[in-house]
This record gives sequence, structure tokens and C-alpha cells, in this order.
Amino acid sequence: MLLLAALDGLAYGSLIFLVAVGLSLIFGVLGIVNVAHGSFYAIGAYVAAAAVLALGAAGLPTWLAFPALLLAAALVGILVGGLVEIALLRRVYGKEEVLQLIVTFAVFMILEDAQKVVFGVQPYFANAPMNWLGTVEVFGIFYTTYQLILMPLVAAAVLLGLRFFLRRTSFGRAIVAVTQDREAATAMGIDATRVYLITFIIGAFLAALGGALASATTSLTPGIGAGTLVLSFAVAATAGLGRIEGAAVAALLIGLGRSAAVYFAPEFDVLIPYLIMMLVLLVRPQGLFSTVQTRKV
Amino acid sequence: MKTMKLALAALASTLLAGSVLAQDKPKELVVGIATFLSGPASVFGVPGRNAADLLIEEINAKGGVLGVPLKPVYVDEGAGTNQLLSEYRRVVQEQGAQVMLGAISSGSCNALAPVAEDLKVVNVMWDCGTQTIFEDGKWKYSVRTQAHAGAEMMATLLYLMKVKPDFKSVAVVNQDYAWGRESWALLQAGLKALKPDVKVVAELFPKFGAPDFSTEITRLSALRPDVVISTSWGGDLDTFVQQAAARGLLKQSTFVLPLAESSLERLGNVLPEGVIIGSRGDHYWRHPKHKDTPEMQAFVKKYRDKTGVYPIYPTFHMQQALTGLVKAYEKAGAGGKWPSKEAVIAAFEGLEFKSLTGTITIRQDHQGLEDQLLGTTKRVPDYPFAVYDKMALYPGKLVTTPLGEKSLDWFAKVKPDLVTDKSIESFDYAK
Repeated sequence: MLLLAALDGLAYGSLIFLVAVGLSLIFGVLGIVNVAHGSFYAIGAYVAAAAVLALGAAGLPTWLAFPALLLAAALVGILVGGLVEIALLRRVYGKEEVLQLIVTFAVFMILEDAQKVVFGVQPYFANAPMNWLGTVEVFGIFYTTYQLILMPLVAAAVLLGLRFFLRRTSFGRAIVAVTQDREAATAMGIDATRVYLITFIIGAFLAALGGALASATTSLTPGIGAGTLVLSFAVAATAGLGRIEGAAVAALLIGLGRSAAVYFAPEFDVLIPYLIMMLVLLVRPQGLFSTVQTRKV
Repeated sequence: MKTMKLALAALASTLLAGSVLAQDKPKELVVGIATFLSGPASVFGVPGRNAADLLIEEINAKGGVLGVPLKPVYVDEGAGTNQLLSEYRRVVQEQGAQVMLGAISSGSCNALAPVAEDLKVVNVMWDCGTQTIFEDGKWKYSVRTQAHAGAEMMATLLYLMKVKPDFKSVAVVNQDYAWGRESWALLQAGLKALKPDVKVVAELFPKFGAPDFSTEITRLSALRPDVVISTSWGGDLDTFVQQAAARGLLKQSTFVLPLAESSLERLGNVLPEGVIIGSRGDHYWRHPKHKDTPEMQAFVKKYRDKTGVYPIYPTFHMQQALTGLVKAYEKAGAGGKWPSKEAVIAAFEGLEFKSLTGTITIRQDHQGLEDQLLGTTKRVPDYPFAVYDKMALYPGKLVTTPLGEKSLDWFAKVKPDLVTDKSIESFDYAK
């Protein structure tokens, strides 16, 4: 029983990790709590589903759906994420946090409505990629290969890829430098504006990738962005905002906690992520993986 | 002299009464319509509005109500109860709505009923299902033109007992909010009465709008219940069915999905044969008795031309509300004068009118009696999605909680002979 619950928790945790890690990255580098992150998830999901349905309608082979999911997420990250950063966020860096929150919240509301105008309100789904990969049997229970194997693999790849990118590549190092001290980094010749733009695009891409992957398993309806946003906030807060490995551990913890709840105390299913967050924050207000920082004068 | 005084008094009282009962004919009849235009429930709200636009256009083309054209004003239920209440008041007080159609969510209906009393405005509950509204309260100005959750769940239970009488275990996966909880409470009470030995192996209430039901599905796969019930709807139902189908669960247990009619077309080939489905009433564009009537054919064609999809139950509920409204106005204004709001609401009591799929009767407690159609899915070459087969049509009177009783109490004492009542009609799929 515990093993079965753990397998479900792993798949669920992988998905929320993808979204939460983008949120965490953007906060870590840009210092912005991005409420519009939920919209990137939703739009990524809708665009991916539309692409998969279009491929199906054109009679093209189903495996093409997988590159299509990735491409859809990249498009949303670059176009929507890029536009939001250039047109709006650039103007509010370093301003009051309340203002930043209001701006990203406004973007969220606008994108929610835009999504309704473009995709309508009827539930939308494109499950061809999930069905194409088939199922695997574990102790007599069938799991979809897509959820049990592909999603955790993508999450692991993103985690390792991000680690490698930030620590081993020169652009990654530039991001870290800008995060630590924007002024000093700029003085060393790093184009901080570009670093911010690209970081934001990567964050938005990860949210859209989460959405694109989810689109094969779930129905897309108005409001999906908000639900995922709240959950990824819980993950990011549990980990400590800005912590990438922390987000992975927290997502896994919350995913496993939630599945265990469905087995042993179904009434706590909804509550569990927030209960974990609350407990962690009570003991470690800075999150599981953040260290206490002295305030700069 | 005395006679003169009496005559004057009589004349004065007639005039006074007349001023209450009849008013000047307005230029237009403003009808406020509360429906979900945003949020997950817009899967019902937007079809409801589409149907309202189409039907009001039709009513107006025929000269309106007693010669007065209808003018719809929409209010979004998705903005939250507070916003809904202030918008509702605004539409009545500032835009002069004489009639309000509200609403889809039972929570909204519970909140709106007292406001309608306060504003003295005719309030037609056009879609909400909670049975408690007229069981726990008395509302002079509110009326419901369709069945309530009691009738819907009773018919579901009777159908399940009819087609799968020997089940021994059951699990439920409902959305975690009022409807999910209330509908299960009713079914559970009825199950205890009809099949006291049945074992409830899991009661799962995933979050409303949950994107993933994997854990619930794994648990159900391990428990192997004979029957899985879910009164979920919209995106939640689609996701649950999709994920359960991919993992073979739909073939392992008999699924009972009382709201699945509204998802049939979207689910396409995902929904297999043998799933028990319903539509919160007798609504179905392929209704076995009414699918070929000119009214139904015209409605389906117009709706499809406008939206590209087949009509689902909220569109039929809207049709019932507007038809009931027109009939109540006609009844109240039979003398040729424009009726007051009080006369209209009084006319609703005992009103009988034809819907696209049957006859609706409004009881004296303002609750509508509506038939219930349940069926089992079948795959046919005529459509790229599942259709109803092995249908059973339950008369509204048979499955609605009797006047003055509470549904939960009534469910607790339901007798097995109801399952085979002679008034239940049966139909198979016909092309």
C-alpha cells in the first residue's frame, strides 16, 4: 500500500516541482513573487493541447506530440514570458513588493481572460501522448507510463539541467553573480538586463512545460492556473524561496504526503500540502533549505 | 346612503386591488440572469447563456411576453457571492429587472432567495439543485423550474438497483464541496435503506478542480469495488474519467456518473460502454420520446449552428425557466392586463408547462417536478461519442421527495418496490 501511494506521490510531486522551481528561480534572481506564473502554466497547457489536437487532426504520428509539447512550452516561455518581462516587470524591479505583486496579479487576471477568449470555457483535453505510451503494471495495478516514468524523468532532467546550467556554464554563473550583487556584476561587464530577461523566460518556460506535460493527463478549464499557482507557492515556501534542490525535495514531500493522505486519511487530502508548509515554517520560518541572512544595511 | 358608501368602498377596494394586480405594460421586460461566465462552472454557465440568448430571440420574434419583449441582463456568478449579491441588487434596483433567473450554484441560490424576498422580485432558480432550499425555508418570490438533488439522486439509485442489483461494495469519488457532499449523503442514506449489507469501501473527496486523480485511481484499483459513484462534473469529471480509463478502472468497476450527459461529447471515445449516466433531469437531445419532435430538432439545430456542439442539460434547464416564466406571465395576465410580480409568482403555483423533453409541474412549495432519465453508455457508429442505451424514465412525481418531507428522511425509508414501479418507462437506443 505504502509503495503504491509513493508511486503516485512521485508523479504528482514531479509536476508541481516543474512549476514551483520556475517560481523559485524567478524569485531567487529577480526578487519578484510572480503571481502570473499560474498563467504561464495554464497557457502552456492550452497551447500544448491545441498543438497535440492539431497534430492528431492532421493525421500525423502520435510520437510527434512529445516534441510538440516541448516546443509549445518554449514558445509560451519566450513569447508570453518575454513580453511580460520587457513590457512590465522591467519597470518595477527594486520597487515596493506590493507594487510588484499587484503588477503580476494584474497580468495573471488579464492572461486568465485572454485564455478564455482564445480557448473558450469548455474543458479541453488532449490525452493522445498519455495513451500512446501505454501502461505499466505494478503489483497488479496499472499505472500510465506517462505519469509514472516520463513525468519524473522530465523533472529529474530539469533539476540536473538547472544545476549544471547555473554552476557550470558561463551564462549560469552570470545569473548567480547578478543574483548576489547586481551592481558589482554589472560593473564586471555582465548585462544584467539580459540576465533578468533570460531568467524570467526560463522560469516561464518551466511553468509552461509543467502545463504542457499536465495537458495530456488532465482537462483544461478556466482556473487551472490559480490552483497550480497556490500549490507551487506552498512548495516554494516550504523549500525556501529561491532554492532549486529544495523545491525538488519539498515537491516530493508534498506529493508523497498528499498520496499518503488519500490512503490513510482522505479528509486531509486537500489540507496536507499546507499542513506540511505550516509545520515547516513554524520550525524553520526561512523554509527548509534557506539559511538565515543578515539584512544588508 | 349606506348603499352608496358600500358601493364606493367596493369601488375603491377594486381599484386598490387592481393597482396591486395589474400595472402598466412596460416597454420591455428586463430579465436578470445569474450564471457562471467565469471559473470552472462556466462549462454550464456559458451554455446556459447561449441557450438564453437563442431562446429570448425566439420569444421576442413571436411578440415577447404578452406583447412585451424580453431583455436579458447577465450577472456573473463566478465573481463570488458578495459580488453576485450586489450585482443582483443593482440589476433589480437600477436596471429595473422584474424577474431574475438565479442561479447555477446552490450556494448562490441559498444566498439569493432572501435577497429576492427583500427586493420583492420574481426569482426563478433555473439550475441549482440543493433540495434544502424549499425543504428548510419558505420563499414567496422564488420558484424552481426543475427537479432538486433529491429527485436526481433517487432516480440514480433506483436505476443502479435495477441494472446491477447484486453489487456488494461501493466507493465514491466526489468533488469536495457542497454538491459532492450533499449528493453522497442522499445516496448513502438510500443505499442503507435499499441495500443495508452493501459495503462502502472508500469515500474520497478530492479538491474541487483537482488536476490529478492518480492516487484515488490507484486506491480504487486496489480495492476493486463493484460500483464507483461520482457526481463530479465539468473538467473534474473529464479528468477523472480520462485517467481512470487509461488505467483500465472503468472496465474493472461499474461507474455511476449522474452528470455525465454534460461530458459525453467532449469525452468522445474515452467513455466505454456500460457506464451508468444521467443528466440532472430528463434532458437529452436524443430523448427517446422527444428526439424527433419539431421543437427538439429545431432547438438542437439552432444550438449547434450557434455553438458547434450538442446542447447539454443547463441549456434545457434554461429553456424550462424561460418557458415557465412566459407561461406564468400568460396565466397571470390572462385578463389582458400586465400582471404584478405578486400575480406572476402566484401563477407559478400549480403551473404545468411543456419542456422540450416532458412536462414540468410547479408544486405549491414552488418546487418543480421533473422526470429523470438515466441510461447506460453504448458505442454506436452514428456518433464519435457514447450515447444512452437501456434508458429508464422516472416520473418526477415518483422520485421527488413528497411535499412537507425532508429528502434525507425520505431516502432513509425508501422501499425496494420503488425500483420496479410500473410508472417507470424503459427504452433502448434507437437510431
